[in-house]
Amino acid sequence: MIEDKRAGWKALIALAPAMAFLLLFMFFPLFNTLIMSFLERFRFKSGGGLFAWNQSFQSIGFGEYLNVLRNPQFLTALKNTFILVIVSVPISVSLSLLVAVALNKIKRLQGLFQTIFFLPYVTNTIALGMVFKVMFSTNNGLINTILKAIGMAPVAWLTDATAAGYWSALAVITIYTVWNGMAFKILVFLSGLQSIDKQYYQAAQLDNASRARVFWRITVPLLSPMIAYVIITSFIGAFKSYTDVIAVFGAGDQVYGPPGSPFMWITVVGFIYKSLKGGLMLPGSLARASAGSVILLIIILFFTVIQLWVSKKKVHY
Amino acid sequence: MEVVLKNLTKEFVDRKGNKTVAVSNFDTVIPSGKLIGLLGPSGCGKSTTLYLIAGLHKASGGQIFFGDTDVTNLAPENRGIGLVFQNYALYPHMTVRQNIMFPLENMKLPRKEILDRTLQMAKLVDIDKYLDRKPKELSGGQQQRVAIARALVKMPKVLLLDEPLSNLDARLRLQTREEIKRIQRETGITTIFVTHDQEEAMSISDEIIVMSAGEMQQKQPPQEVYDDPANLFVAKFLGNPAINIFEGSIRSGVLFLGETKLDNSYEGEDRKVLVGIRPEAFIPDDKGQLEIVIAFIEHIGRDISIIGHAKGLESKTRIIIPAEHKHLQEGDTVRFNYRSKYVFEVDGKRIR
Repeated sequence: MIEDKRAGWKALIALAPAMAFLLLFMFFPLFNTLIMSFLERFRFKSGGGLFAWNQSFQSIGFGEYLNVLRNPQFLTALKNTFILVIVSVPISVSLSLLVAVALNKIKRLQGLFQTIFFLPYVTNTIALGMVFKVMFSTNNGLINTILKAIGMAPVAWLTDATAAGYWSALAVITIYTVWNGMAFKILVFLSGLQSIDKQYYQAAQLDNASRARVFWRITVPLLSPMIAYVIITSFIGAFKSYTDVIAVFGAGDQVYGPPGSPFMWITVVGFIYKSLKGGLMLPGSLARASAGSVILLIIILFFTVIQLWVSKKKVHY
Repeated sequence: MEVVLKNLTKEFVDRKGNKTVAVSNFDTVIPSGKLIGLLGPSGCGKSTTLYLIAGLHKASGGQIFFGDTDVTNLAPENRGIGLVFQNYALYPHMTVRQNIMFPLENMKLPRKEILDRTLQMAKLVDIDKYLDRKPKELSGGQQQRVAIARALVKMPKVLLLDEPLSNLDARLRLQTREEIKRIQRETGITTIFVTHDQEEAMSISDEIIVMSAGEMQQKQPPQEVYDDPANLFVAKFLGNPAINIFEGSIRSGVLFLGETKLDNSYEGEDRKVLVGIRPEAFIPDDKGQLEIVIAFIEHIGRDISIIGHAKGLESKTRIIIPAEHKHLQEGDTVRFNYRSKYVFEVDGKRIR
């Protein structure tokens, strides 16, 4: 098929610029990172060029991986990340679904509410974090003022370095993450809901199905492709959380916790970032960051594969 | 269950406040256990009427009774109706069995009874071989039967069908309409179905309600609607090929078609009228009153179809006569008599 071949070439030409950028800024660094993670005490040397294997290193092996896995701070970061994933994903997905269903039901002011829920999406993350920091500030913060007004004790949300402070900070981070991430999820769900034929609902109504049954037996299955998509992307996003923590504590890029415990809520990405701070010329720092990245990639890959496997059985396409 | 409509009216108001009357003062009694066809061209308000009976549309005026119960303000789920949607609206993620079971599960019946009734209903509509398939794995006719089973399984007081055959091909349509008739007979449930297809309505209805522009035109058994149309609209809407409408006149009580005298004893002042003669009502007859020049002849097996011009008349005439008159040629002038004719005022009112 001559014409097909020609079309193929045309497509390739159209894709070429994007491919070039992807190769240069995505696949090559990815590949380099993988190599770096196996080069113990790796550091850039002057005149070494681009490729990792032309740089200075001591030996090849799993040494940097072992270093990372033995590092107490990495283990803390791993624990924190898992807690954030487990807490924030179910809340944000189910809440977004409920809001989307409710939004889909109202006829008047739907556009207005949609805009309101979408505002966080178009607002700067760090700026939103500042707002949260002020709202949850221990002295005279909006939340504590309300708590006092209704006769409850104020909480040291983001300033408590003790074990209790860990959970109060989690509450703030979760609220922030959920609220910040809902906009996009609601949008996806809403578009999915609007593509469901109204007649299914009319049929269910005539069959005297309760609201709960309509939701579980009709809305959820017919929306399942969207739900699967949102759950998977939320998991990936949550495993990569970093800005959420930084934004809420709002005291600079190396502060992941309240005063007195600056690494309390460090995440895996935070750990990777912190490792880099050692400097590109410092032996091992890049390799450690690379090993951390690869470990995170494997974790995300593992959960994504499981979810895809589950969704193949549960999702109705 | 008898269904009574009293002055049923539905107006739709758009954003600018313009009103459209979809159904206007619909007044009728649908007898219990009958199969009734709501027939009319698209936009005549027949589907709206069905949705009003279902409760999916809210009436703007008038009342709906099921037996003695006023259901006008009753929510659709409390009316006890079964509705088969035009595109069936089968739940795509459920199997046939789950689809049919769905209404019964809502009634919170014992599991055993649910399964028994599902199987029984599937057998009635002859779909029991496909209980574990998804709707998309079925043909249009099978999907349609599943939709009927889902609507019937809860034993509704009234079964409503919205253009039930429009998504089927010609062969399936013939087969399915017989099925619908059989199922309706076997269950004895009052059934109302909407169609724009006269043949469909004629073939299975016990009675036809002809609608136009939101108003009921006529309600009678199919043959009577055909043989004795209430007005010009009904006469023109039923029949394929369509009825011939000639311009005629009444002069001193005598009906003329052009200059041909047809018959007398008409009342009222001299005026123009319309005369309708069905194509198959023409009989070749040497003493016939109508003289027609044959312009075009088609032999279609059982019948001969003729297009001709009646002398002194402008409009063309379509005639269908039995195949035995095969000696007729294009260009011949032939005399015809007619079995029956209908006379209408210019505004469409029937003159009897």
